[in-house]
Amino acid sequence: MGLLSDPVRRRALARLVLRLNAPLCVLSYVAGIAWFLALVFPPLTQRTYMSENAMGSTMVEEQFAGGDRARAFARDFAAHRKKSGALPVAWLERTMRSVGLEVYTQSFSRKLPFPDETHERYVLGEWGVPGPRAHLGGRGLGWVSPWRVSWGQEAQWEGKSLVGIGGLEKGGLQRPTTVTLRSPPPYCIQMVSGTNVYGILRAPRAASTESLVLTVPCGSDSTNSQAVGLLLALAAHFRGQIYWAKDIIFLVTEHDLLGTEAWLEAYHDVNVTGMQSSPLQGRAGAIQAAVALELSSDVVTSLDVAVEGLNGQLPNLDLLNLFQTFCQKGGLLCTLQGKLQPQDWTSLDGPLQGLQTLLLMVLRQASGRPHGSHGLFLRYRVEALTLRGINSFRQYKYDLVAVGKALEGMFRKLNHLLERLHQSFFLYLLPALSRFVSIGLYMPAAGFLLLVLGLKALELWMQLHEAEVGVEEPGGAPGPSVPLPPSQGVGLASLVAPLLISQAMGLALYVLPVLGQHVATQHFPVAEAEAVVLTLLAIYAAGLALPHNTHRPLSCRVVSTQAPDRGWMALKLVALIYLALQLGCIALTNFSLGFLLATTMVPAAALAKPHGPRTLYAALLVLTSPAATLLGSLFLWRELQEAPLSLAEGWQLFLAALAQGVLEHHTYGALLFPLLSLGLYPCWLLFWNVLFWK
Amino acid sequence: MAAPLALVLVVAVTVRAALFRSSLAEFISERVEVVSPLSSWKRVVEGLSLLDLGVSPYSGAVFHETPLIIYLFHFLIDYAELVFMITDALTAIALYFAIQDFNKVVFKKQKLLLELDQYAPDVAELIRTPMEMRYIPLKVALLQCFPQCYFSCLSDIPVSVPPYLVCPRTPLSPPAAVHTCENEEQGLLDLFLGVCHDVCGKPSGNRLPLLLPSQLLGFHPRSLWLYCWVSPDFKLSCAVKEGLSVPDLTPNIGLFWYFFAEMFEHFSLFFVCVFQINVFFYTIPLAIKLKEHPIFFMFIQIAIIAIFKSYPTVGDVALYMAFFPVWNHLYRFLRNIFVLTCIIIVCSLLFPVLWHLWIYAGSANSNFFYAITLTFNVGQILLISDYFYAFLRREYYLTHGLYLTAKDGTEAMLVLK
Repeated sequence: MGLLSDPVRRRALARLVLRLNAPLCVLSYVAGIAWFLALVFPPLTQRTYMSENAMGSTMVEEQFAGGDRARAFARDFAAHRKKSGALPVAWLERTMRSVGLEVYTQSFSRKLPFPDETHERYVLGEWGVPGPRAHLGGRGLGWVSPWRVSWGQEAQWEGKSLVGIGGLEKGGLQRPTTVTLRSPPPYCIQMVSGTNVYGILRAPRAASTESLVLTVPCGSDSTNSQAVGLLLALAAHFRGQIYWAKDIIFLVTEHDLLGTEAWLEAYHDVNVTGMQSSPLQGRAGAIQAAVALELSSDVVTSLDVAVEGLNGQLPNLDLLNLFQTFCQKGGLLCTLQGKLQPQDWTSLDGPLQGLQTLLLMVLRQASGRPHGSHGLFLRYRVEALTLRGINSFRQYKYDLVAVGKALEGMFRKLNHLLERLHQSFFLYLLPALSRFVSIGLYMPAAGFLLLVLGLKALELWMQLHEAEVGVEEPGGAPGPSVPLPPSQGVGLASLVAPLLISQAMGLALYVLPVLGQHVATQHFPVAEAEAVVLTLLAIYAAGLALPHNTHRPLSCRVVSTQAPDRGWMALKLVALIYLALQLGCIALTNFSLGFLLATTMVPAAALAKPHGPRTLYAALLVLTSPAATLLGSLFLWRELQEAPLSLAEGWQLFLAALAQGVLEHHTYGALLFPLLSLGLYPCWLLFWNVLFWK
Repeated sequence: MAAPLALVLVVAVTVRAALFRSSLAEFISERVEVVSPLSSWKRVVEGLSLLDLGVSPYSGAVFHETPLIIYLFHFLIDYAELVFMITDALTAIALYFAIQDFNKVVFKKQKLLLELDQYAPDVAELIRTPMEMRYIPLKVALLQCFPQCYFSCLSDIPVSVPPYLVCPRTPLSPPAAVHTCENEEQGLLDLFLGVCHDVCGKPSGNRLPLLLPSQLLGFHPRSLWLYCWVSPDFKLSCAVKEGLSVPDLTPNIGLFWYFFAEMFEHFSLFFVCVFQINVFFYTIPLAIKLKEHPIFFMFIQIAIIAIFKSYPTVGDVALYMAFFPVWNHLYRFLRNIFVLTCIIIVCSLLFPVLWHLWIYAGSANSNFFYAITLTFNVGQILLISDYFYAFLRREYYLTHGLYLTAKDGTEAMLVLK
C-alpha cells in the first residue's frame, strides 16, 4: 500500500508509466505473444494424467466381438434410410427393441430464422412435394431460392406438419412468378422437423439415478450409418453384461445437432432455444458422461477426437485421458485436430508440430461452435466428446471391433464413476493428445496483452488529469495549479453521442439482418440467407461511415473551452477500458476467443489517434476489425490444415461462416455473434471515431 | 428545483414499473449479487405463507426479516411493488431535502469560519460556492433512485422500507426534523440514521456502530427509539442471531461465506468474532477523528458497514455510493480514483461471468468467484480510505494554507502515516 499512499514513489511510478509507455506497451505485447508461443514447450506444457481414481487403470477386459453384426446393422440402416428418405424411425425402434432396450421416440420441430444453406435441413422435391432429400453440401451461398415464402404460407405449412411423411399439398404453395431453376432445384424452407430415437439399457445393479449416453447424430446425408450399426451392436453386447451400475442411453438423433439439442432440452425439461418437441417418455437419471460417434466407413485408419463445445466449453480433461488410454491399449491410432501427436518433445520438431495443433484448437474453440454433437451436452454439465472415424490412405486399418472395444472400455470405466467427473482440468489447451496447458499457465499470455490496454489507459488518464489539475495531482503535492475547469461535465457529454451511436450500430447489426430478410428478399434478387449475410456486411460497413461525422458539433464545443486533444483522449480512454473489460471477460470464459481478439485488436487500439499517419492507422484498424479477424482466421485455419484457400474460396467460406454464426446463435444459443455485434463491434467503432476525430 | 426532482422521480418510478413487468425482474431477483438471505423478497413471501398457516415465520431457517416487515406486507402483499416504489421515492425526496439542508449548514459554517479568520489566506480555491453545490442534492437523489431501482428493489426489500416503519416522521418531514433539533447537523444525522438504518439494521449486530457514534457525539437520545422496535414479538432473536452468527453460507459479494464454508466448525465462533469486529472496530477512532463532521462520519460508517457486514448486496453498495456527489469537492484530492473505479467496474462485470463459470458451466469453482469478491472489497476499502484521506487533507489545507513549504523552503508533501 506504500505504493498508493507514498507520494515520492507514486511520482516515480507515474513518471515511469508516462516516459516509458511506448516501450512498455511493445514489450508487454511481445511478451504476450511470446508467452503464447512458449506454451508448447515442455516446462509449460505438461503430460496429461488421469486424476479420477475410479478410472485409474485400464484393467478391464473388452469382450466386444460384434463387428459383423455392426456391419449388418449398418447396411440395413443405410438401406432403410435410402428407401424412406428420412431417419428410418420404425426400423430403429424395432431393432433397438430386438436387442433388448427400452425404446422411445421424440419428435421435434424448429423454425429456423432463415434457411440453413450449408446443411440442407429440409429439401422439397419439385413443386413442393416432399421428395428424397438430396445432399447439397458445398454449394454454399450463391444460388437463388425460387420460393418467396410469405408468412401466411408458412403458417399453413406448419399446420400441416412438414415432416417428410407427406403432409404438404401442392395447392398450398404458389409457384413464384420468376423462377430461376437450377438442377436439382434446391428448395429449402425454414421449418425443420424430425424424430429422435433412443433406447435405454436399464442397469441391473442400480436404481436409474445415473446414466451414460452414446449418441450418433444423423444428418440429412447418408453418412454415419456405420456409427448407427456400431451403436446397435454395442447395445446388443452391453445388454448381455451384468456389471452395469449406470443406465446407458443409446441415442440416434435426426438433423445432427438440432435433434441433439431438442433431445437434451426435453431430457432436462427446459426450453432455451424455442424448440418445439414432444416430451420424453423415458428417462434414466442424471447423465454423467456422453460420447458422440461419427463413423462413415467399415474400416478406419484413425480416430479423431473433438473436444471443443458450444461457446468454447471443454469437457473435463479426464474424459479425454480415458479415450487416450484406451486408444493406447487397443493400439488405435488417434488424432487431435486431425494431427498425429509428435513423439519427440525434446527437439524443436515436436513443439512446432504441437503449435500447429494448438493453433487449430485455439481457432476452433474461438469459433464457439459445437464441433460435434457433444458440444451441446457440455451446456448441461455433461462431460462429452465426439469420436470421428477417419478413413485415409494409410495402410494399416482397424475394423469396427477395434473401435467398439475402445468404446466398451470407456463405458466400463465410466460405469465405475462414483461422482461426476470433476477432479481434472476444465480449462486447458491441448498442443497434443497427451500434453496440455492449464489455465494458470496460459492466462498470462492474455494478461500481457490486456496490460497494453491498461498502460495506455493509465497514460491517457494522467495526461488528461494533468491538463485538468495542472502538475499538482500526480505527485500529490499542491503546486501552482490552474483553476479547476468547471466543464468536466461537458467533456463527458461529448462522449455520449459517439458511445450511443456506436452502440446503436451494434444493436442494428444484431437485430436488423434477421428481421429485415423478408424485406430484402422482396426487393432484391437474393435468398433469405444471402439477404441476412449481405445486410450484415452492409450495416457493418455503414458503421464506418456513420459515427465519425455526427460527433463534430458536440466536440467543437469542447475544443473551444479546453485543450483540443481532450475530446479524443477521453473517448479513447473510455474505449480502451471498454475493450479491456470485454476482452478480459471473454478470455475468462473462452480463452481462445479472447486471446485471438486481443492479439489482433490491441495494437490498433493502442495506436489509434487522430494525428500522424492516419491512413496507415486506418488500414491497420480495418485489418484488425472483428470481421477481418474472422476472415483472417479462416485463412489461417485452412493453412494449418494444409488445405490453403484461394481468395474467392475464402470469401465464400467467410460468407458461409457469417450465416452459420447468426444461425447458431438462434438455434443453439452460441454467443459469438451477439458478442461481436453488441460488444466488440461498437467498441471497435469507438476507435474508428478516435482516429477520425476532428 | 422541485421540477427536476419531480422529473427524476417520475422517470425512476416509470423505469421501475417497466422493469417489474419485464422478464428482467425474474432474472435479477435470482442474482446472487442482489439478493441476500436476510432480505430476499422470496423469503419474505415464504414467511408470509407460514404466517398465514398459523406457524411462526421464524420457525424455519428461511425467513429472517423483522416482524414489522412481515406485518406490513401481510396487509400490503398485493401492493408490494407500489410500497417499494413509494418508499424509494420518499427516500430520494428525503435525501434531496436533507442534503439541501446539509449544504446550507456547511455553507453557513464556512461563512462563520471565514468571518472568524480561521482559514488560511490562500485557500480561496478550496472554498465551496453555492453554485457548485446547487445540483448536489439532485445528483444524490438521482443516484439513490437509479441503481437501487435497477437491481435491489426488484428482488429485495428495498433498503428504504424499514425506516418508514420505524420513524415515519423522519423521512416525511426532513426540514421539520432539522428545525426541531437544537443542533442542525445532529438533526440531520438523525435523518440519515433513519434512511440508512436498514443497512445496518439487518444484521442486527451491526446496529451498534450507529448507536455508538450517536452516543459519542452527545446525540439526541430520541434516535434510540429507532431500535426499540426489536421488542420480542415472535422469536426475534432469530433475526439478530442470523446477522451475527452467519449460518447461511449462500455466496454473496461479501467476505464471510467462503471463509466460513471452508472452516472447521470448531473454530467458527472465534472467527465470527474476528470478522464481526471489523464493523465495530473503526467506529470509535473515526468518531474521535471526525467529531466535527458527523455527516462525513456517517458516510464512512455506511461504507464500512456495506463492506464488512455479513450479508451485503449491491443495494448496500449503491446506498453509500449515492453520497459521492456530496463529496465532489474532494475530487481533486483523490489519488487513485481512476485505478479504483476501474477495479470496481471490472469486478462488477466479473461477478456474473465467474458466477456463470462456476454454477452453470461448471468449469470454474468457488475460488474464482471469491477472488473477485475479495478484489471488489479491497477496491471498496481503498476507495473509502482514499475519500477519508482526501477529506483530512482538505481540512488540513484549509487551516494551514494550500501551499505548504518544508523547513528548507521546498514544496512540502502531506504523507499519511
